[in-house]
Amino acid sequence: MTTQMFGAPVKRREDPRLVTGHGRYLDDLGHDALEAAFLRSPHAHARIVDIDVADAIDVEGVAGIYLHEDLTGAMAEPLPLLIPHPTLTHGRTTHALAKDEVNHVGEAIVMVVATNRYVAEDACQRIRVTYEHLPVVVGIEAARDGEHLVHEDVPGNVAAHMTQQVGDVDAALSSAPHTLTLDLDIERSASMPMEGKGVYARWDDERGELRMYSSTQTSTGVRAAVAARLGLPLAKVECIAPDVGGGFGVKIMHPWPEEVLVAWAARLLGQPVKWTEDRREHFVSSAHERGQLQQVTVGFDDDGRLLGLDVRLWHDNGAYTPYGIIVPIITSTQLLGPYKPGAYRVEFWSLYTNTVIVTPYRGAGRPQGVFAMERAMDAIADRLGLDRAEVRARNFILPEEMPYDHGLLFQDGRPLKYDSGDFPASLDKLKKLVGWDDFAAYRAAAEAEGRTVGLGIGCYVEGTGVGPYEGGHIQVETSGRVNVSTGLTSQGQGHETVFAQIVAQELGVRLEDVHVTTGDTRRMPYAVGTFASRAAVMSGNAIALAARNVRAKALRIAADALEVAVDDLEIADGTISVKGAPGTAMSLGTVSVLSNPLRYAFDEAAKAATQFAGTFDPDKPPVADDEEPGLEGKDFYSPTQATFANGMHAAIVETDPVTAEIRILRYCVVHDCGPMINPMIVEGQVHGGVAQGVGGALYERMDYDSSGQLLNASFMDFLMPYASEVPHVETDHLETPSPLNPLGIKGAGEAGCIPVSAVIASAIEDAEGFPISRMPISPNDLWELRRRHRAGELPSLNRSTHPAHEEPTP
Amino acid sequence: MPDPTEQGTSEDLHEVTVVVNGVARTATVPARRLLSDFLRHDLRLTGTHVGCEHGVCGACTVLVDGEPARSCLMFAVTAQGHAITTVEGLGTEESMSAVQQAFTECHGLQCGFCTPGFLTTVTAFLDENPSPTPDEARDAVFGNLCRCTGYQNIVKSVLRAAELREEQQVPYAAEPAQRHTASSVVAEGGSA
Ligand code: FES
Ligand code: FES
Repeated sequence: MTTQMFGAPVKRREDPRLVTGHGRYLDDLGHDALEAAFLRSPHAHARIVDIDVADAIDVEGVAGIYLHEDLTGAMAEPLPLLIPHPTLTHGRTTHALAKDEVNHVGEAIVMVVATNRYVAEDACQRIRVTYEHLPVVVGIEAARDGEHLVHEDVPGNVAAHMTQQVGDVDAALSSAPHTLTLDLDIERSASMPMEGKGVYARWDDERGELRMYSSTQTSTGVRAAVAARLGLPLAKVECIAPDVGGGFGVKIMHPWPEEVLVAWAARLLGQPVKWTEDRREHFVSSAHERGQLQQVTVGFDDDGRLLGLDVRLWHDNGAYTPYGIIVPIITSTQLLGPYKPGAYRVEFWSLYTNTVIVTPYRGAGRPQGVFAMERAMDAIADRLGLDRAEVRARNFILPEEMPYDHGLLFQDGRPLKYDSGDFPASLDKLKKLVGWDDFAAYRAAAEAEGRTVGLGIGCYVEGTGVGPYEGGHIQVETSGRVNVSTGLTSQGQGHETVFAQIVAQELGVRLEDVHVTTGDTRRMPYAVGTFASRAAVMSGNAIALAARNVRAKALRIAADALEVAVDDLEIADGTISVKGAPGTAMSLGTVSVLSNPLRYAFDEAAKAATQFAGTFDPDKPPVADDEEPGLEGKDFYSPTQATFANGMHAAIVETDPVTAEIRILRYCVVHDCGPMINPMIVEGQVHGGVAQGVGGALYERMDYDSSGQLLNASFMDFLMPYASEVPHVETDHLETPSPLNPLGIKGAGEAGCIPVSAVIASAIEDAEGFPISRMPISPNDLWELRRRHRAGELPSLNRSTHPAHEEPTP
Repeated sequence: MPDPTEQGTSEDLHEVTVVVNGVARTATVPARRLLSDFLRHDLRLTGTHVGCEHGVCGACTVLVDGEPARSCLMFAVTAQGHAITTVEGLGTEESMSAVQQAFTECHGLQCGFCTPGFLTTVTAFLDENPSPTPDEARDAVFGNLCRCTGYQNIVKSVLRAAELREEQQVPYAAEPAQRHTASSVVAEGGSA
């Protein structure tokens, strides 16, 4: 028997390369390429009156300077709106290079291509642009009041307005014994991978072909978009995602202006061209997420059961909407979490501001939705004097109610229908892990020492593995080497390892014989991309199906050669043998030889497949009518709907009575993504997600001033957590299988970050005794809230037993 | 500092020789060439990564005469005559250093972009403090940013590396300056 590979915490195949400096990230390629730099708008909203490049042309080493007017055909058109939606009535996208107007600081206006980046930047500094300033819209309130417009032809700055409703919310709320309304606020953050974006393109003039590399989450998407812009047949463009230094959502957006421009310039100049984003560019010209204002009204009975839920969201989509309105759609559907809401209505407005565009960042609208729902759960418990976990439990969808259809449309345009999950069991595990029932005693002991502590909780459900499809291709070489390819890309999730585990398991080969390629359109041209915690579910299942095809073919060929029935054979460690007669066996490499009848004996293995090498039936063709040569197989996985993972987190925080410093003492996670292919990797995903969640809860915000300048556009000023800020994460797992896919798995990539802001808010609120409605929260913010609380501007929680903080003596 | 935009269009070039991973390497570069770019693009040692270009993330950390330094904050000309160890100099896939091995055992990396900076930092740290406590291990890496791992497995890797070094009896010199120095030059390497 081949050792059990599915479920084993095997070490990663990619690591030896990466720890010895042999990774190949975008900027590690193309040392001799020309390099591009961009002149970007220093203003948030302005008309471009004039661009004077005269001084820049003379800079030695400049190969080309390009403005919008140099672009022709499709290159001059606005970039595509990737995900249209009927309610996105006023979708707007930018041009590759700004045409007449800029709508945020950082928008590209001029591209300079030169011998290297230093020279290209020198030239950028010599270009003079004259602007006519326009009124700037920053912040959701300013966008909502609509006094100034980002786009002249978009009234009220409203890109989209959407409502979904199940049941009669107004009736449910008016007849509910209790109602309450919360106004909530979440600020912007960003994916902020350690490697920024980057593009490297080479034009082959003789063949009229473009090869490009992009630090992207979708090489098939970039390929198609660039081919369309450049007017090239798809067959003449290939795109490869090399090693990618993190994505977290921002690199699923495409095509970025730089992706089309660098490819265009490489063809125009007939020379390789590269662009590597620097950190400031990443802050001001990539994408952000999270910013929302929310109003939540809930009606509930005396037991805390939801009767009606009415939610209004104002979502900041930045200056353009190239990625559609996926984020607010996810917020408005995934807000429901593990609960039955009673009647539900959600209405959102997606609003333009003169800031960087908003596209999905790990969690993709869920952290905001969970924040809204979990704040409401805590508020209900407080109103009724009930235990917060108990209120949640009373509203849970129960395992026997699965599959559970919410009656709403999810982000993929398909029903929001949960496939499986055992929420009561998850909550039990979490309560045990954090010591929920012992917390009162813990708090009493802490208070006796003059310390202030609080316990917080948050639950979520995450739709993972959305379609439309992914594919897997597997080929066994005559040496026994197994080549696996799938088209979606990798940014650190360990796909080379987990997909190899699946193949080792399904095909019966050794892990070290399996070699996985991702994100290379030459190897698998049909793919969607890596986002929405979909890679393991989509490509994992496609690869498993492909492996089953290859296995069946191998057994067919071996049964024929060994003159036994297929059912008498088994495969282990790459060898097919007759059950009970291990001496009668043949390696998969030999089967591969047999699968491909040859005329020429170019090596020893090939000799065995040549026409005079053995016995054959003269009445049959060398390759049967319903077979293809080669031991290989391909399959695609395309689900009818997403599969829903879930999790529950709890944290204990301590707040400093004097400095208002917030410290996370414990952070506990119960996570259910179905059976885990590699638990070590799942844990790693959870740790990383929690760290990003902690950043979003306590540190990270995009500090735009009223003129639209991003004041903290560097790692010095944007506070991304270091090891000193991230707590040790305690984890426990449930493995509730999905009935929807062959492997029964669910996605895990985004989970860790989803409920963190909700959990930390819940814990701080519990510690401080007054409501927390705005995240992230800094010590300054908490200090200010304490002041307002003392001044009577902020109510106490009902359950609050703690006295308001004394005015600290300075 | 002269503003390059106000100068003539050609730059003065300087021949720089640096001992990198025990091999003397020479390249001709402008004065403003960053050490990180020199290593990556002139010497083509692309294991050293650049995450912020302003000294905050630590991805570009190399050892200069055995001490961690941010190569994005140094000019190549400043490194003239010094000995530099990059991640490529710590070990090979066939023969990894204890720190490299520990990171692979403990899932101390995901995308791997920040990793070279952690590996060099941790190598120097363990030279100083061969048997750290968990708190010391966490403190050792708190100047480096990682967006993927949440640091938990990096801290675990530091502790595991200490164990592995103990098992392998990795010798360490008392004075950091005596390690990774020019005296260990093995050959005159090709110039770029
Ligand atoms: S690149 Fe040098 S510290 Fe970030
Ligand atoms: S492993 Fe990706 S940034 Fe650290």
